[in-house]
Amino acid sequence: MDLRYSDEDEAFRAELRAWLAAELAVLAPQPVRDDWDARRRWDTDWQRRLFDAGYAGLSWPKEYGGQDASPSRQLVFLEETTRARAPYVGVNFVGLLHAGPTIVAEGTDEQKAAHLPKILRGEEVWCQGFSEPEAGSDLASLRTRAVRDGDHYVVTGQKIWCSFGQVGDFGELLVRTDPDAPKHQGITWLILPMDLGGIEVRPLKTVLGSSEFVELFLDEVRVPVECRVGEENDGWRVTNVTLSFERGTAFVSELVDATRLVEDLAPYVSDPAQRRELGHVAAELDAVWALTKRNVTQASRGVSGRGAFMIKLAYSEARQKLGELSLRALGRDALVVDGVGEFVEERLRTLALTIAAGTSQIQRNILGERVLGLPKESSR
Amino acid sequence: MNFDLSDDQVALRDGIRALLQGKYPMARVREGFDRSVFEDLAGAGVFSLRDDGFGWTDAAVVYEELGRALVPGPLVWSFGRAVPTAGCCCPAPGAVLVEHLDAIDDLLVLRRDGVWRIGAADLVGAGQDWPLDPLTPVWRVDGLPDGEPVGETDAAGGLWYSGGVLTAAYLVGMADACTTLAVDYAKERRQFERAIGSFQAVKHLCADMAVRAEVARAAVHTAACVLDDPGVGDRERTVSGAKLLANEAAIANGRAATQVFGGMGFTWEVDVHLYLKRAWVLDTVFGSVEHLADAVAGTLPPPAARALASPDRENRG
Repeated sequence: MDLRYSDEDEAFRAELRAWLAAELAVLAPQPVRDDWDARRRWDTDWQRRLFDAGYAGLSWPKEYGGQDASPSRQLVFLEETTRARAPYVGVNFVGLLHAGPTIVAEGTDEQKAAHLPKILRGEEVWCQGFSEPEAGSDLASLRTRAVRDGDHYVVTGQKIWCSFGQVGDFGELLVRTDPDAPKHQGITWLILPMDLGGIEVRPLKTVLGSSEFVELFLDEVRVPVECRVGEENDGWRVTNVTLSFERGTAFVSELVDATRLVEDLAPYVSDPAQRRELGHVAAELDAVWALTKRNVTQASRGVSGRGAFMIKLAYSEARQKLGELSLRALGRDALVVDGVGEFVEERLRTLALTIAAGTSQIQRNILGERVLGLPKESSR
Repeated sequence: MNFDLSDDQVALRDGIRALLQGKYPMARVREGFDRSVFEDLAGAGVFSLRDDGFGWTDAAVVYEELGRALVPGPLVWSFGRAVPTAGCCCPAPGAVLVEHLDAIDDLLVLRRDGVWRIGAADLVGAGQDWPLDPLTPVWRVDGLPDGEPVGETDAAGGLWYSGGVLTAAYLVGMADACTTLAVDYAKERRQFERAIGSFQAVKHLCADMAVRAEVARAAVHTAACVLDDPGVGDRERTVSGAKLLANEAAIANGRAATQVFGGMGFTWEVDVHLYLKRAWVLDTVFGSVEHLADAVAGTLPPPAARALASPDRENRG
């Protein structure tokens, strides 16, 4: 057991650090929050620079523009980019971290060739279409219908919490193709070209007042059958490829960022009881970061460790404690959201962490049943 | 970077676990610590791991198993020593409580500026009839003699941090054992015509126990890696954080297991109280939760004069 990176990884780190210093010195300022055209340009432009420098798609296969890099190399990349405060994935989130990995794992050769290189070059932006008003934690009860009509699926229904629906070229869409099958067995995963007729996009305003989520209203949208990823009615399994990713190493960047935030907040915390709380949260975040490293080590050996089921649960609660503490430490200075660093905005944003991508309650069910082997509730 | 148990460490863990299962079932554990426990473990090489070329990560793996089995005794203070040894951290002047006085040869006194050894024969103590942890008997000693200096500041730091890591590893083993006890019971105990572990209220208690143990284990292994290779992290930050989380995991899991066991959890017969009581005892050595949280905070940037001029700073509650 050791925590030392290889000489090759350290050389990669040094090179990346130099590249980031040069690039970030000339980076244009980040556009305002709700100017979605400008945000798309800014985020995809950064993605293109990463691609040109050989830093895009570290975990993706080489033949589609990726780097086939080891998990430890990916960790170094995320550590360095986050510490340097380089732009994070932004509007490329769904393409790079959700839809892309799903297509890598389950897509046809044509789908891979059509989408993966464009996602990596920042030429294609994706949004998500999983949740529905009546299908949140119970995602598999989704009702958006897709009826086969020759070479097309005719899709009708409503989606909510569609990340980056304002700017998406394609959506990852879950639909019900067999309403008579048990709920997990009648779902299909579709690529939704967002320029098809019958799609209405309505922004959803969050507690931050921001609009990165939308609602999608689908009215007899004709989706070509070749947009299907995986087999018809096998979409739940395909989805879990993506969801298991969300529960795995997806929080590396967030963790590095949270550790930086602790350092940034510390000068504002003078009350001894609050200093103690800050030390406590720092220890928790350090430990979740350690568990992430363990998870990455195990993943590189092809082992799916139990940590993958725990990282999100532990991280989200630690970060919320940090947000809570930051408000108390700032006192009345916290009455202005954009007044004191990013701390107040942080508190609002982190309210979502224990809800999105599986609530903490659902995470505990999964952990209790799949890892600890406890029986399911009889009504489920 | 390979932040997982090596094949050798898996073999070490499995070997010591099998040994302890054979020699230290709960019936034996409940008999408490005596010289035969020290001799057994010394014979198995537990206290001489460092001399035999093993690292702190290996020692952490072994001590986690000792905690899982709840083997009683001053096992951390005896690490690296030839005779059974207890100890105390920064004792205040006046009376102190000394553990296991009837079964030790030496008492180590750890202060910031050094380590002192006192022969047990030089200590006069009054045995206490009702210790918090029945497996950690204590004697009240009215004032410690000066003792013989056996190390200076560096040695004190080394003992403080290595003792912290070994105690934390032991606590992680305890936290994990409590999870197993509670999960097994929740699968078997039936109320309302179903296993209680099917209820989310109970399932979530168990899930949180598993998370606390796993997170604390990752922290303890990080701290052990730092002791082995100081270049990969800060000793004060990682050891303090690891023991903080291990203390909390063992205490919280002891409490949660008590809750899962319901009325049985309040009986002497069920083992859970022995874990919880030991966790409380071990929170008093090598740093309590509060002390360690302050230590981690001490590694962060200090409070600064406020950059913001706010007219109503002085009105803050």
